[in-house]
Amino acid sequence: MTEQLDAGLVAERIAESDQLGRPSDAHEVGRARRRKEDARLVTGRTTWTDNIQLPGMLYVAFLRSPMAHARITRIDTSAARARPGVVAVHSGQDFADEQGSLPCAWPVTEDILIPDHPPMAVNEVRYAGEAVACVVATDRHRAADALEAIEVDYEPLEAVVDMTEALAEGAPRVHESGNRAFTWKFAQGDIDAAFRDAPVVIEREYVQQRLIPTAMEPRAVVAATDGETFTLHSSTQIPHVLRVMLAMTTGIPEHRLRVIAPDVGGGFGSKLQVTAEEVLALLLTRRLGKPVKWTESRSEGNLTVHHGRDQLQRIRIAAERDGRVRGVKVELLADMGAYLMLVTPGIPLLGAFMYSGIYKMDAYDFTCTGVFTTKMPTDAYRGAGRPEATFAIERAVDELAAELGLDPVEVRRRNWITHEEFPYTTVCGLTYDSGNYEAATDRALALFGYDALRAEQAERRARRDPVQLGVGVSTYTEMCGLAPSRVLGSLSYGAGGWEHATVRMLPTGKVEVVTGTSPHGQGHETAWSQITADALGVPFEDVTVLHGDTAISHKGMDTYGSRSLVVGGVAVLSACEKVKDRARELAAHMLEASADDIEFSDGSFKVRGTAQGRTIQELALAAFAAHDLPDGFEPSLDAESTFDPDNFSFPHGTHLCAVEVDTETGASRIRSYVAVDDVGSVVNPLIVEGQVHGGIAQGIGQALFEEAIHDSEGNLLTTTMSDYLIPSAADLPEFTTDRTETPATSNPLGVKGVGEAGTIASTPAVVNAIVDALRPYGVHDVRMPCTPERVWRTIAEARSTGPAGTGGPPEASAAGSAPTSEGGLR
Amino acid sequence: MISAPFDYIRPASLEEACRALGDAEEAGDDVKVLAGGQSLLPLLRLRLAYPSALVDIGRLPEPRGVEDRGDHVFVGALTTHDEVMRSSVVRELIPLVALATATVADPAVRHRGTFGGSLAHADPAGDLPAVALALDCVFVVRSVDGEREIPASEFFVDYLEPALEPGEILVGVRVPKLGPGWGFHYEKFHRTAQSWATVGVAAAVRLGEGGGGTVEEARIALTNMGPTPVRAHAVEAALRGADFAPSGSNGAPDRIREACDRADEGSVPPTDLHGGPEYRRHLARVLTYRAVRAAGG
Repeated sequence: MTEQLDAGLVAERIAESDQLGRPSDAHEVGRARRRKEDARLVTGRTTWTDNIQLPGMLYVAFLRSPMAHARITRIDTSAARARPGVVAVHSGQDFADEQGSLPCAWPVTEDILIPDHPPMAVNEVRYAGEAVACVVATDRHRAADALEAIEVDYEPLEAVVDMTEALAEGAPRVHESGNRAFTWKFAQGDIDAAFRDAPVVIEREYVQQRLIPTAMEPRAVVAATDGETFTLHSSTQIPHVLRVMLAMTTGIPEHRLRVIAPDVGGGFGSKLQVTAEEVLALLLTRRLGKPVKWTESRSEGNLTVHHGRDQLQRIRIAAERDGRVRGVKVELLADMGAYLMLVTPGIPLLGAFMYSGIYKMDAYDFTCTGVFTTKMPTDAYRGAGRPEATFAIERAVDELAAELGLDPVEVRRRNWITHEEFPYTTVCGLTYDSGNYEAATDRALALFGYDALRAEQAERRARRDPVQLGVGVSTYTEMCGLAPSRVLGSLSYGAGGWEHATVRMLPTGKVEVVTGTSPHGQGHETAWSQITADALGVPFEDVTVLHGDTAISHKGMDTYGSRSLVVGGVAVLSACEKVKDRARELAAHMLEASADDIEFSDGSFKVRGTAQGRTIQELALAAFAAHDLPDGFEPSLDAESTFDPDNFSFPHGTHLCAVEVDTETGASRIRSYVAVDDVGSVVNPLIVEGQVHGGIAQGIGQALFEEAIHDSEGNLLTTTMSDYLIPSAADLPEFTTDRTETPATSNPLGVKGVGEAGTIASTPAVVNAIVDALRPYGVHDVRMPCTPERVWRTIAEARSTGPAGTGGPPEASAAGSAPTSEGGLR
Repeated sequence: MISAPFDYIRPASLEEACRALGDAEEAGDDVKVLAGGQSLLPLLRLRLAYPSALVDIGRLPEPRGVEDRGDHVFVGALTTHDEVMRSSVVRELIPLVALATATVADPAVRHRGTFGGSLAHADPAGDLPAVALALDCVFVVRSVDGEREIPASEFFVDYLEPALEPGEILVGVRVPKLGPGWGFHYEKFHRTAQSWATVGVAAAVRLGEGGGGTVEEARIALTNMGPTPVRAHAVEAALRGADFAPSGSNGAPDRIREACDRADEGSVPPTDLHGGPEYRRHLARVLTYRAVRAAGG
């Protein structure tokens, strides 16, 4: 089934959903409900961590290293202590015995180096921005001012900025133990046979530049204690994981530590972390006995929120002359930054199984080396490993098509898994449960007007238009719904991948759903309410979803990796089913019938073939009163479920992008963008639409705008949003989106997850389009982000090195001035 | 925003503001005038500026508004960008100002940022300085000692350094009306809608009468091609007499393009993450051609 979801239709859907109450035959699941959480989020009448004010609260500010690598030889905090309003000033040395090491939960190999990671540097700093001291003061302004009075002497050490140089003999060391954190290998099939005598071999290197996640809400922490128990509010995606890890790190017993993620304004993986500031806030409140708050500035965040991507990829494809792929070989260098944080080393491995994409092949070989550099550690960022993999294979398949003179869509058709072949076990060993690449691609081609754009491209090439047109294709799949616990165990991850839900029937028939997922913009309150309303036959409005507080939601694995619906949503459904089972038993007792004769529909339990029945609300009240329950029946309908998936889910789709490249200025303008995604069954089309739009925007950000740039000394140059560019709506085209629905067979909801799809798909679609536009100039790649200057230089270099008469349009005088060595940053 | 501490003075009138500014500077304070705050506050946030006092003129009733004064239009310094670009006087009589103002940042910035503030900040990456230079605007400044006028060619002294003496406040700008026959364009090249211009070109072109398409006079100034806005005198001179006929017709050399290829002469383009000097020089040539074509077309 395909269903077009243009803006008009969405608006109609909203109007529909607002007008209709809940007709008895309507399902909540599948309805484009407006999100119930949005009114409070957009009006700000809610609790963000930085809104929290506690009596006697003090404010923390951190002094951060201005150098990427240095020995701390002296810190003098005395002048800062004398500043007005200052309560305490501490250096890392003051916490040396107490602060422990920030955790890494994913030791990917047995011989991995996991260096000690003090929350505040003690003797040595290893990235610019690392905290070296902190001030606690009566207000945030005084805390910030007092930082300027702290004296620190640094003895500079050599920065290690480049991964290749880091691995060279005699390179300066980030840690005594060396710069190679680990090497992880994975191979399937006979890769040598695949490449031996291969008629075509494509070999390419791609740079996955370092990105800064840039959530709308900066990080913030409030820690408080009554002397016995500790409460930590944090703008985090992982209150549950954080509680466990903080208990292990700080020695505060887990049962005396409560972690609360109030409303959280975005994360994109950057708040899937146990941060230095969270640990230090707890230590400070323990020491001072008063509540403390820390909120980062945007520039501080650019420096010290973990970064994403940063890989060098070498990919080789062996293929037949007709374009059929024989095997793929991948070698990665992954920049870990200075330390291994929560899941740093595992990120590139999440992509390890995705380099075969949607394609069939006989052999696969993957090697990843994690490298230490004197930069902020990297970790999860939207897609986490999978966008990198998808980019490499989708770019390389386009290169294969160009090499063979074939249409890039045709090459994909010759290689992809056809819909009859599902379930299909890929060369990487994953079993894709369902999919229909033909349907999604055909739909996308039709919406895009593929043939007309190709005709225009040919026409512009012929007339040597300075503005060239390129068409980019991306047929992606991703591994979502993290994750089957057993698989995580086999990958040496430190925890499981289940999710928990509790459904409470209140005496008045209203419902509280407690979820272990931790929404930070995704709309779980709405979607979980829709699932519950259908499952229990209660009105959507009668459901409240509770989350993000370990004292309320005691169990969970939180939100990341497109897992919340696929694992957490299924846990909600499963808990609802258990509630229904209990309600059925109670109904049978009250109606003096056998439970087998009780039918459930529309919120009522009826004796088969009669009008006699009890609503679920009546049963909730009866269970509460407990006057007349079956023997041995506990007076409650509540139920909980912990769901551990058997398999990942595999959303897929086809994204097509048309880009106009102004060869005179190097500017790229996206003219049209079509996304047809298959995320399985859909609970709320409006939320899916929003996730797709945001995801595409973020992927375009990587393709065109975003890069964390360091100088040769390891200083971050992109510390403000005028240097680190993220696209706004004004910089993006209209997106045409549509869906095909091939339900997942691995879960009862048929869902696959949508949080990362757009980001994974769009980056290669955009870059493929730019390269496609410039192929007549002899261009085979443009390094990301494809900035105007870089595109202009790439064209000029291709002209100067390419074979004569390669057919690039002639140079107008102003356009043709070739770059010399005068400079410009990369 | 957590800036370094400063004293805050909010005078009730322009006279009081001049006095406060004069007094503070006499006392050796490093004073900054705050109007819309769209340039100054980011500097304070980053602690790149440490003024000891701010004189906030942002809520003063005047000098504000746009006035047709015969041979020129007077734009009060406190007029917001949004007011400027919506003013029919500006759009009809000094359209280049409207065209450039519409490209300034985003609506939120344009509702707070002021015409005078943007010019007095003297940021060569701002869009208005090049426009003021191209149009030979006259800056009217006031202090306790009275008013004086500074031509645009002398106003932009260096990077973020206007020709304002201690105690002087910019009260407004006289923007000359160019007569009939002039065409205008502001060509801005930037990475995102909210970014500063990597390079911008303000162009005013007057073609000969009778539809001949020959350039009689041109005024060209460049944004972000040096520590101050840059007047492209070489282009202006080379354009005089150039034929505006369709590019390259009859195999004749495109004299407009040849003229515009001199756009970077005399510039000292900066290096930042959005472009090196060589790229900026190239952009200046390409964009000047586009701006001149658009202004003359």
